[in-house]
This record gives sequence, C-alpha cells and structure tokens, in this order.
Amino acid sequence: MPWATRGLRDGIVTTRYPRRPDDYGPGFRAAIRVLQPGVDPVAATELPGLCPTGAIGAAGGRVAVDRGRCILCGRCVEGRPDVFAFDASPEVAALRRASLVVTAGGADADDDDDGAVERARAELGRRVRVLRRSVHIRHVDAGSDGSDEWEVAALTNPVYDVQRLGIFFTASPRHADLLLVTGCGTRGMYGPLVRTYEAMPDPKVVVAAGADAASGGLVHPTYATLGGAGGAGGAGGAGGAGGVGGAVPVDVWVPGSPASPFSLLHGILLAVGLLPRAGGRKP
Amino acid sequence: MIASPHGVVVVRPDDLAGTVASSVGRGRRFAGLFAFAGAAGATTLRAVLAGGRSLDIVEAVLPRGADTYPALSPSVPAAAWYEREIHDLFGLVAAGQPRLDPLVLPLAGTPEVAGAARPRPGRPDGPRVVDLDTAALPRHVGGEGVFTIPYGPVRSGVFEAVEYVVETVGEHIPHLRVRPYPKHRGAARRFAGMGVADGVLLAERVEGTASVAHATAFCQAVEAIAATEPPPGAQLVRVLHAELERVANHLDTVVRHTEGSGQAVANARMSMHKERVLRLQARLCGHRFARGVVVAGGVAAPPRLPPAEILAALDALQRDVEDDGRLLMQTPSFLDRLRGTGVVPAPTAVDHGALGPVGRASGAGEDVRVSRPYGAYRRLGFEPAEILLDGDALARQVVRLDEISTSLHLARQAVDELSEHPGGPWRTRVAHADGFGVGWVEAPHGELLYLVATEGGRIQQAKARSASFHNLALFGQAFRGDIFTDFVFIEASFGTSMAGVAG
Ligand code: SF4
Repeated sequence: MPWATRGLRDGIVTTRYPRRPDDYGPGFRAAIRVLQPGVDPVAATELPGLCPTGAIGAAGGRVAVDRGRCILCGRCVEGRPDVFAFDASPEVAALRRASLVVTAGGADADDDDDGAVERARAELGRRVRVLRRSVHIRHVDAGSDGSDEWEVAALTNPVYDVQRLGIFFTASPRHADLLLVTGCGTRGMYGPLVRTYEAMPDPKVVVAAGADAASGGLVHPTYATLGGAGGAGGAGGAGGAGGVGGAVPVDVWVPGSPASPFSLLHGILLAVGLLPRAGGRKP
Repeated sequence: MIASPHGVVVVRPDDLAGTVASSVGRGRRFAGLFAFAGAAGATTLRAVLAGGRSLDIVEAVLPRGADTYPALSPSVPAAAWYEREIHDLFGLVAAGQPRLDPLVLPLAGTPEVAGAARPRPGRPDGPRVVDLDTAALPRHVGGEGVFTIPYGPVRSGVFEAVEYVVETVGEHIPHLRVRPYPKHRGAARRFAGMGVADGVLLAERVEGTASVAHATAFCQAVEAIAATEPPPGAQLVRVLHAELERVANHLDTVVRHTEGSGQAVANARMSMHKERVLRLQARLCGHRFARGVVVAGGVAAPPRLPPAEILAALDALQRDVEDDGRLLMQTPSFLDRLRGTGVVPAPTAVDHGALGPVGRASGAGEDVRVSRPYGAYRRLGFEPAEILLDGDALARQVVRLDEISTSLHLARQAVDELSEHPGGPWRTRVAHADGFGVGWVEAPHGELLYLVATEGGRIQQAKARSASFHNLALFGQAFRGDIFTDFVFIEASFGTSMAGVAG
C-alpha cells in the first residue's frame, strides 16, 4: 500500500482557521480598503472613472468602494495609492449587501443603520440554530467564469479540509441546509437556481460567492445576464443591479473575483453562526 | 488592415464553403467560423484555417437582409457547432446544415422560419435583452423505446453548470448531447465598446481558470493591430504565469480522476499540489489566478519573489508532482478505470482538428507554442509532449502529466532568463490603432484564438475561441460503453471549461 505511507509524508498541512489565525494572506488581494476619510471635489469626480465595474462612488465628500462590485483589478490602488489600498484579511463576507460598501477606516457605509447588522445576525441565528452540528452545502453555478468552482472545491482539499468543521457538500437539495451560489446570474440559470432553492427544506441559508454572484461582476450587463432585483426571470432590462440576489434571498455576501477559499469559509461560517464573535481574531 | 502574420482571402458567400473545404482537403486544419458585425447591417463571416506556421482567414460579407449562407458542415463537420452558435447569436442560417439546434442561446423560432425577424444579440447593435425559449430545444417525440434522460444544469457536485441529455433508443448505444446554454453570459458581446484595458480584464474572466492564456491571446491580437511587441522581460513573465496556469489545470484533471476512482490519498496529495500552484501564483503577483499580470504591451510588474526562491518552489513542486504522478501511473485500480475509457479514435480527432491534450492523446493536437511560436516561446527550447494514438482517458492523462513536467521546465527557464532583464522594461506603449487582429496561445486546454476588431481606440468586437468549445463537439462520440459508470472519467479527461464553451 504505497499510497498509505504517502498520506503521512507532509505531516499536518491543514489550516487551523477559524480557531487560530492563518498566516496565508499577506500580499494577497482580498479586498480594497479606503484610506482617506474625506476627499476633495476634484478627486470625487475623477475617482469613479478609475473603476471598470463602477465599484467606486464618491458621495457627500466620502469615497466608498462597493466590494460586491469590485473585481480586485488594482487600478484604483495604482492610480490613487493615497486613497486606496489592498486589504489582506480574507474575512470580508457580510450579512447585508449594503455592508459590502465600505468607506475610510474599514467602516461600512451601512453604519447609519446601526442595528441592521445586529438584527440580521440575530434573525439568521434563530434560523440556523439547528444547523450548528453539521452543515450540508448545495452548490449551484449560475454563470461563473469557472474559477469560482475551483475555489469552492478547494475547501475540501487537505489544506482547508472543511469536513473537520462539520461542513459537507451534498448532491441532493433535499439534504442541503446551505445554498452556495457562484456566477453572475444568467437568464438560463434563473429557473434551475430557483428550483434548487425551493427544493431545499427549511431552515436554509443562501451564500452568494464572489463579486459575480453579488453584482454580476464585469460581465454584467449583457442580454444574457439577470437584471437584478425585480428583473429576474427575463422581465427586467439589462443595466440594473446584476447578480443572483434577484433570484434567491441571499443571507451572506462574499466579495472576491473569485472569492478565495478563506473568504468562502468565512462566509459559510458566518451564515451558519459558527464564527467566533465579531471583532475576534483575524486569520 | 490585417495586422497578424496571416493571409486573408475574400470570397463571395456562396463560395465560402467550397473554399474552406478545398483548403481542408489540402491538409489545413479548420479552426473556427465566426461572425463579425459590419457597417450598415452587413455581417462578415470569417473562417480560420491553420497549418504549418501560418493562420489563414477566408472572409465573406453578407449584406444586410441576407440571412443565409451555404453551410460548411456537410463537407467540414467540425464547422457544425460554429454554425449553430452563429445561428443563435447572429440569426444567420447555414443552409444545408441538418441540425441547426440551439447551442448557446435557445431563442424562439425554429430554423425553418428563422430569418430577419430573429434577434441578433451577438451584434454590438443587437437587443439589450433577449428571452430564452427552451421550447426551441429539440425534443425526441415518440418512437417506441426512446428514453431521454436530462442531467443538469445543476450538477451533483461542485461543477460548472451544463446540461447533458442522454438518449437511448432500444438496444443501441445511448447517445449523449451537450447543452452549454444555461451559463451563456454573452461575454463576446460585452467586449463591444470597451477600452482595451477593460478588455484585458474581461478576457481574464471569459474562461477564469485560464486567465493568463486569455489575457495574453487578447493582448497579442491588440498588439498585432498596433504592430508592436512586449519587451523581452515581459514576454518571459507571461510564460512563467502561463505555464503555472497549465500545471494547475492539468493537476485539476488528475484531482478529478483520483476522486472519481476513489484514490483518497492520491486525491488529497494532488489537490494539495494544485493549491500550492495557486499560492505560488499569488506570491508572485498577488492573485491566485494571476489576474492583473498581463496588460496590453507587456505585464504590470515583474514577479515579486527573488529568482532563487521561485526556482526552489518550482523544483520542490516538480519533485513532488512527478513522484506522486509516477506512483499513480503504477496504481492498477486507477489505471483500470481510465484504460479504454472514452476513446476518441485518432482519425476522428485528426478530422475534427482536436486541440490540446485531448487532441494529442489521439494523434492530433498541434502545440502552437511550437508550430506558431509567440512571445518568448520563439527563444525557449522545449520538447513538446509526445503525441499518442490510444485516444482514451489514460492517454489524455499521460499527455497531461508529461506536460506538467515540460511546463515546470519552461517556467524555470523563464525565471533564469529573467535575470538578464533585471530592471525591465516591462511594458511598451500600445498606440491606438484601428483594424482587425488575431492572437493565439497554447492555453491549458489547447489552442486559444482571439479575433479582435478595434475602432476609434475601442473594441468594436472581440471573440474568443476556446479549445474547450472546439473539442466538446467530440464529447458525445467518446461514449461507446457504459455511459453511467464512465461518465465521470470521460468528463474529467476532457478537462472542459464550460465558461469557455458557453461564452
Ligand atoms: S480594485 Fe476594485 S474598486 Fe479598485 S478599480 Fe478595480 S474593481 Fe474598482
């Protein structure tokens, strides 16, 4: 049995995240951070033009980046290193779509509705209490570029090994607690996606993985992508908010292009209430 | 203006099929048929023919209102999928093609009544929204003992979306049909009107597991139009990332094979090696899929690691992957699952012009790094993978393991030579130029083509032809035995990127 001995060859390669931080991260693009609290009016008109997906806004003298739209191309960091920087922490998932819009200091632009995140967390907590022992994930590709699936599949490799956390992938929607959706949301996947969601028993949670799923990404809008909320199913026009949020009720949003395995894991743990309390250690 | 090293022959639409057929008859390889929107509602059809060191284009212009052209597929069967795609996206009917079924976009209207009234979403001036009509997909009506079993598009596992339809008729061997349309994103249309810099970012996402290949092929088309070339150092950086990308893709197929055959330890180790490659990419450039590295005219930056550190990482990777690969190829329970499975007979592959490892396992599959070398491949020396004739999943596996070693060897050479260009330059200015250009690379899946037309400094239209698209037309033919037990291996051994097929 030559393979048996090989299994031991490299010792323990598995990350200890989320119990311990993981030092894989520095130098790695996980998200964009805004450095400047205020910005002059000239820059405010110039900044949005930097971004290929319209992720940068500069309303009311404050610069904001929508991580749900950001494809991490780095153009803003290169063009205005005084305003933007890469953030290496992969813990970027959020419970509300609006929380993906960040301003200086890492605070999300959602802070005018202080209680909203807490309420979302509590609501989700009630729903997923029964899931905490083990979680079964159903993955659906709703029009990805293919890289998202690699990162999702990586979760089961020995490095991330999500089985150790009681997280499993399942082929049957009837045994699934968590719907993990990748891709920009194509018109051809609208029906199959909705049917998969409906076939899952309650309680269930939905994670939109990657900027494509959150907003349609760079590919959106085309004649073949979903128009976003209200436009799903072909009724709406192209040009609105894209992504899968108009097709299924998303509970957790994970930025990234594609979302890296640690970001995915963060999102999944957030969705099922298995994450050590917020403000805890960074991986 | 045609700016690539290829010739263009312009023919009347009625002569297109005959010209292409006689060229194929003289030994050229049919590499694709594409529609480009012209002025005043006209459409230009471009057939690409490869062979030797050159790429030729046969062009025919259909004026506004003309919506049919004589089909190529009766004499060149490999054209069939292209004709179906053009029908879906440009509303043109290939007259004489017996099965013009929807491929990437089922729209209302059968081929028989199709015509000017069909929406033409592929055109830059086409509709902003279309409604899919799955009733346009063919159904098998009646016939005693006919069963059609659909699979997908939601898969039983972490896979890209695609629909397969298995048709069984009595005692005959079941037939498998592929429907890539559910994840059609309209990527080609999205290029229209973009600036070149945004176009590179979009190219990276057309087939996201081959981002470097797509960005490079797209940029080479743009660079050809502007008659410029990246600096030597930048060409080497492109090679480094492209070869690592190939290693990751080939390891991915090994991971899927070992998973399907229940080789738990081998599966764990191979998926760990793949993770190492993605992490190395990230350490070199900040992105696990090396996005943002390739830019028009060169690369954004040199590798972030010192050469000695990259070389050490490449050496360690090669040692471990080759070691595990050798053991895998001595594991009978693994070999038994692949041997004789999913055979694509060599004559079929050669006729079809099968690409990449799928082709090279079946007597075809020229490697354009050798036949039409580009960038630094013109200077780097390497032995291309041995062409095999067995055509089964095992042969495809052997080719890929062979190519992993070659890729790591090439990556090492690129790093060595990079030391001669310590300070760059990394980028040449690419002047705005209008015209039409073709770029190509040997992507992990095989020859990747980009056809790009620019106008006023922006992209007028761009079209990627992935090897996955071209090869997948052979997929149904690889099923000869038990569809259900062999499926996982045949699918894995094709190594298809569905995003690249659906567009
Ligand atoms: S990194 Fe994100 S926010 Fe910055 S320009 Fe690119 S897509 Fe826009």
